[in-house]
Amino acid sequence: MAIKSPEDLKKIKDEALEEATARINDGTQIMVGMGTCGIAAGAREVMAAIMEEVGKRNLKIAISWTGCIGMCEQEVLVDVIRPGEKRITYGKVTPQVVPRIITEHVINGNIVEDYVVGKLD
Amino acid sequence: MGKCCCGNTCQDSRLTEILEEYKGKEGVLIPVLQRAQEIKGYLPEKTIRAIADFFNKPYSEVYGVATFYAQFRLQPSGENTIRVCAGTACHVRGGKAILDKVCSELNIAPGGTSADGKFSLEPVACLGACGLAPVMMINDTTYGRLTPEKIPEILAKY
Amino acid sequence: MQIYRGHVLVCAGTGCVASGSRNVQAEMEKQLEAFNLDKEIKLVETGCHGFCEMGPIVIVYPEGIFYCRVQPEDVKEIVEEHLLKGRPVKRLLFKNQITEEMVPHYKDIDFYKKQNRIVLGNCGFINPENIKEYIARDGYEALAKALTQMTPEQVIEEIKAAGLRGRGGGGFPTGLKWEFARKAPGDKKYVICNADEGDPCAFMDRSILEGDPHALIEGMAIAAYAIGSDEGYIYVRAEYPLAIKRLKIAIAQAHELGLLGEDIFGSGFNFKLNIKEGAGAFVCGEETALIASIEGRRGEPRVRPPFPANKGLWGKPSNVNNVETFANVPRIIARGSQWFADMGTEKSKGTKVFALTGKVKNTGLAEVTMGITLREIIYDIGGGIIDDKKYKAVQIGGPSGGCIPEELLDLPIDYDSLISAGAMMGSGGLVVMDEDTCMVELARFFLNFTQMESCGKCTPCREGTKIMLDILERITKGEGKEGDIELLQSLAETIKSTSLCGLGQTAPNPVLSTLRYFRDEYEAHIKDKRCPAGACTALASYRILEDKCIGCTSCARVCPAKAISGEVKKPHKIDPAKCIKCGACIETCKFNAIVKQ
Ligand SMILES: Cc1cc2nc3c(=O)[nH]c(=O)nc-3n(C[C@H](O)[C@H](O)[C@H](O)COP(=O)(O)O)c2cc1C
Ligand code: FES
Repeated sequence: MAIKSPEDLKKIKDEALEEATARINDGTQIMVGMGTCGIAAGAREVMAAIMEEVGKRNLKIAISWTGCIGMCEQEVLVDVIRPGEKRITYGKVTPQVVPRIITEHVINGNIVEDYVVGKLD
Repeated sequence: MGKCCCGNTCQDSRLTEILEEYKGKEGVLIPVLQRAQEIKGYLPEKTIRAIADFFNKPYSEVYGVATFYAQFRLQPSGENTIRVCAGTACHVRGGKAILDKVCSELNIAPGGTSADGKFSLEPVACLGACGLAPVMMINDTTYGRLTPEKIPEILAKY
Repeated sequence: MQIYRGHVLVCAGTGCVASGSRNVQAEMEKQLEAFNLDKEIKLVETGCHGFCEMGPIVIVYPEGIFYCRVQPEDVKEIVEEHLLKGRPVKRLLFKNQITEEMVPHYKDIDFYKKQNRIVLGNCGFINPENIKEYIARDGYEALAKALTQMTPEQVIEEIKAAGLRGRGGGGFPTGLKWEFARKAPGDKKYVICNADEGDPCAFMDRSILEGDPHALIEGMAIAAYAIGSDEGYIYVRAEYPLAIKRLKIAIAQAHELGLLGEDIFGSGFNFKLNIKEGAGAFVCGEETALIASIEGRRGEPRVRPPFPANKGLWGKPSNVNNVETFANVPRIIARGSQWFADMGTEKSKGTKVFALTGKVKNTGLAEVTMGITLREIIYDIGGGIIDDKKYKAVQIGGPSGGCIPEELLDLPIDYDSLISAGAMMGSGGLVVMDEDTCMVELARFFLNFTQMESCGKCTPCREGTKIMLDILERITKGEGKEGDIELLQSLAETIKSTSLCGLGQTAPNPVLSTLRYFRDEYEAHIKDKRCPAGACTALASYRILEDKCIGCTSCARVCPAKAISGEVKKPHKIDPAKCIKCGACIETCKFNAIVKQ
């Protein structure tokens, strides 16, 4: 596509930003615990569900992963960090819960209390 | 052997192709010489004459350009080209010892070609890899963090 | 749209490629596939991070974990431990040399902390072969703004108000230069980028060309709009094959998106760009020589005026700027002149990229705000001198520049302070020297360089530098005479004032500045036939310590000049008349019984 106006440029920029969200993002982060225990509990599937959901909704957030955080019985653990807000840790997350966490919390800022296992400043 | 535009039989019809490509264009002498040098690795007198004739320029002008730039060679060179960096950073980190070692290993002087025709040694102002000083380059491969002891082993690869 | 949860950046700059990053990248591709992560993790090839010493460099996002000196053998561990299980591989992290602590994050490494990376902001962060990544980082917005919201005069005013000065050496105000070219009569005008980067040990331009080529293209397009040109040339040294390749890709991609070519942003402005490869001549960095070389002639400078702004390429008004200068332009237009003018000193605004090399612990590219002190660059960013030796001097500005001694380390650096200290900004090469560097030998080294690169057109430069070099060679060989220093000084003044171009006019600088700060070293060479740094071979003498020599005879056997004699098991002796000072004996001796003085 040829760019013919500043608006065309903006369109390409938005597209490009999506592909690069791991590096260039709006500050929101989702982190999945991917230690041995996490993976055993299904972290890979949760991760896949998150990526799918984020992709579908065109969100500019960073998805990352950490090692075991020592609450193995609560795996799969997912952290959501919105800029300037508390870091929320969800436990026993399954791929089915992912859409709820994304729409309610990540997009609208309402914590999904049923699954919260920790809040951190 | 192809017939060249200048009327003489040129050694290589590739030269004719190159010349045709640049026909009628302005300011192309340097790219033409660069491409022509790729054919044999150097510029034989005949090639320079053919280029001058083709562009209707005096031989002295083309020869003058060819001798001005370090990149152009008028003598055949060795199979492999070694460039030892003589930049400032390499100099203060012992580049001279590297150059000396290469010279003594191959028994050549900077600018020369080894007796077996395997290596040519060219000094170069800077290879731009100063963080890895001292460095040298053999053909397209750069070797960094050198010490004189590493030289024989590297040369043996070629 | 494919979303990736992580990006692995592998540096493909010249420095990292030289230390093996291609193999690391290939292995990374293989391992990502083997662990089934290739759909989740994106592998990105980037330009230079400026920290080539630590290469090959690999950075993992979103965390920004910085791995250094990565070898293909390490890749599997990174993929399995970090990318799969989320545990960064500690042993590959950067280690702070002073506190010995591991520093996992890119941003926290001392080398980067004190930097202000604007021009280099994209280098090592984006994939230079993908125009979309540049666009994601606000790329081409400045061009859009200039073309659709500003008149050419407003663009020039903005650059003038920002106070941008040429980064190629002279420090001439860029906006003013553009104004001259705009006002010059003529219907065809050219914009030329000087990417010859001939100053040995300066490689910031290469890094921009390789790591962020679109910034240059955008800057040139804005310049063309400002002066009223529709065609540009980039003159790149042939020694930079990777830079040429990336530039070609970038130009093709910009064309494809209509950001180069005809009627850009529907504004009626046309611009096309050509690449010219240099053929290896330092003097071609001088603007009139560069123009001659683009025209296909011998790259010899000519007398100015007329300046290129009036009579340049093919006799048409032309504007020549350096790579770094152009790369600053889009940032200024996008963020405004005030933002830029707020950085730096009174007369030097913005940042400057320095290539820090020589005897410092961290070598690489450092972009700093003008007015920072040398001490901060060398000690905070560079980490100090290797092996904690004593600092002696730093050479700024390459062969046309000068050296700065310890007492001036706290000098805030900008164009003007460096000139008054007898050095110059030049292209920004900073070569650090310690107590083992002989300043006379260094002056000889630089003069040898300029002498070889002199094009020979004018006599003071061709002959004068040769005579100066002869004198310096004599001095370093211990054959200096009374009066040599005065002769050097008078030759230097003559060459400076009568040479045709900047090459000759600045060639004596290294001699003058070493004489200014290290005259005692010259005197020691001439009067006492002694090299205080112990670097000049001809002035060194070798001696065997009798109490340490056990008479093993190995030194006598390796001496090529048969200068060592002695009985077995008795201390040996060196005959100074025969000794050729090759140092072979010191290397062989296992008992540290031989000393060089
Ligand atoms: C011998 C000599 C070599 C030069 N080499 C370079 C060079 O490699 N790169 C560069 O940008 N400018 C070089 N210059 C400076 C150019 O002549 C010119 O001033 C510069 O390209 C203008 O760009 P600027 O105003 O953006 O700095 C050199 C000058 C001289 C006298
Ligand atoms: S080339 Fe990789 S950091 Fe410079």
